[in-house]
Amino acid sequence: MKMELIQPLINAADAVLAQGLNLPISVGSISMEEETYRRKGLAALVWLTGDIEGRVIFDVDPQTAVKIASRMANAEMPESDMLVRETLCELANQVIGNAITTLNDQGFHFRVHPPVLHTAEQGTGSSEDTEAIVFCFDTEMGSIFMNMALRYTMKTAEKKGQAAKAGK
Amino acid sequence: MEQFAPVRRSKDGQPVRYLVVDDSVFARKNLTRILEQFGGLLAGEAGDGVAAIAEYERVRPDIVLMDITMPRMEGIEAAEKIVQQFPEARIVMVSSVGYQENIVAALQRGARHFVQKPVKPEVLYEVIKYVLGEDGAVAAAAAAGAQP
Repeated sequence: MKMELIQPLINAADAVLAQGLNLPISVGSISMEEETYRRKGLAALVWLTGDIEGRVIFDVDPQTAVKIASRMANAEMPESDMLVRETLCELANQVIGNAITTLNDQGFHFRVHPPVLHTAEQGTGSSEDTEAIVFCFDTEMGSIFMNMALRYTMKTAEKKGQAAKAGK
Repeated sequence: MEQFAPVRRSKDGQPVRYLVVDDSVFARKNLTRILEQFGGLLAGEAGDGVAAIAEYERVRPDIVLMDITMPRMEGIEAAEKIVQQFPEARIVMVSSVGYQENIVAALQRGARHFVQKPVKPEVLYEVIKYVLGEDGAVAAAAAAGAQP
């Protein structure tokens, strides 16, 4: 996965989380996911299709999810509250939307699909062209994991190849 | 929390009535909380474009806040259909996807303005005053001691 895809997502996550939580955020760790994705707690999944396709998953442990939702709603919420899951989905939606805004201005065109809760214990594994990168954002409420597996579609790869050959 | 002078309807001094459209319950609640800070009144809610059209006909709000990416019917299409039927409708698109083509498409199809998520209350406040124009008035007594 190229840095030109990753950087807008990191910037958007940093900005959206910092504003939404009104807390300092730091990138704690970055790792490549070689194993099949395994859900850590509550997970929101967003699919992208178009010039770039794949998925981004936001994953937090249940206690962190409750703290985040309670802070954003300005009210204490029980773990079972539907709003806890809704909050995570909306955070994912905002991060992806902001990142897409940047990527679109760079010439990538694609569609973001509404976030859905990822309820399976595990997902598909990585492959050579859909390698997953996991960023861990640390907050005083706990860690928020962003797991990205994106790839250029064939058409985009061809366009980029032609541009490179032409020396653009 | 920042204080906002209440925005009222100039014709009768009543609170501005809003229709909030978003497929996320959290986003709707968050927007409603912000609108209450402006002295607004939630007239109705909808979770997709189809429901938004029906709800607009039912409650005839002063302003609609409309998300773009939604199931069944997306926000831009719903905005177009509402404006075709009610040309006076004031629709503000509220979306995290804020690239130029999206904004232009929304404005061309009848939306009056665009606000990017995450919503900053001070930005939305200014947009609402702008969109209401002469049909909105900032309550003078509260405005004297309030910011912005």
